[in-house]
Amino acid sequence: MSHPHDHDHDHDGDHAPPKDEGAGDYALLEQAMRELLIEKGVITADGVRRMIERLDEASPATGARIVARAWTDPAFKKALLDDAGSALSAFGFGPMGKFIALENTPDTHNVIVCTLCSCYPRFVLGFPPDWYKSTAYRSRVVREPRAVLQEFGLDLPDSTRVVVSDSTAEIRYMVVPMRPRGTEGMSEPDLAALVHRDALIGTAVVAPPSP
Amino acid sequence: MSAQSKFALGARVRVRSDDPPHHHRTPRFTRGQVGTVARQHGVMPLPEDLAYGRTSGQGAPIYRVHFRQKDLWPDYAGPDGDIVSADLHEHWLEPAP
Repeated sequence: MSHPHDHDHDHDGDHAPPKDEGAGDYALLEQAMRELLIEKGVITADGVRRMIERLDEASPATGARIVARAWTDPAFKKALLDDAGSALSAFGFGPMGKFIALENTPDTHNVIVCTLCSCYPRFVLGFPPDWYKSTAYRSRVVREPRAVLQEFGLDLPDSTRVVVSDSTAEIRYMVVPMRPRGTEGMSEPDLAALVHRDALIGTAVVAPPSP
Repeated sequence: MSAQSKFALGARVRVRSDDPPHHHRTPRFTRGQVGTVARQHGVMPLPEDLAYGRTSGQGAPIYRVHFRQKDLWPDYAGPDGDIVSADLHEHWLEPAP
């Protein structure tokens, strides 16, 4: 029930300090391993910090900028599709490892998955959504991709080939969605604003801008 | 990179149907199946080594292999052209007719 807000009391949890749940087994294991590796000089604390910082900075907005550049710069698009790792180094990203960008066209729709765990192009898309890691998505999208895509609201014609890329090794994949109609003459930042996470995974397409 | 790769682009390959006790990353749904080499990724480390801390291994050629959905799942409901790809190391593959 609501009440007048001339507070002389606190709502539970509102201003309470966050509770420390205590470290779980995996957190303790990670800490012990990390401290040993630092002690032995295999890694450094600053190196770990920088890697965490880099991962935390990545988000689908990074992938969206890459796609907007590909849509507006044919030379970059060609380089991206030929060898995404090298093209992105030139675009100002650090070492990417083996990275492949898959282009969606009217004939081919790409969608990515990791059936074995949850491999995801984190350096360009950030952390994966929970559903990407779910057993349901991982097992179903390789078996009945069209039904899964329909549940995401994407109904593809039979004339469009569906290509599911399972990330079974160290190669990471990203989808370059089709540029929507009605975006001719739009600036690169405006185009990037249209591109969203699921279109970069391939479970959605980029919709034309609302009028 | 392609000089070291045994299978050419477009080559038909069958995935070994082995079920080794050690760690690997060859999905069960691809084992025993025939697909087509769609890309040569060059040489990359083997999960069979990395999982046991052997980080100085030579690695081996690895390929992107395309499988037809209808070959993997006989009751697949979509069009014939639909594909699943997996990235598989050379020792998992053998030539297929």
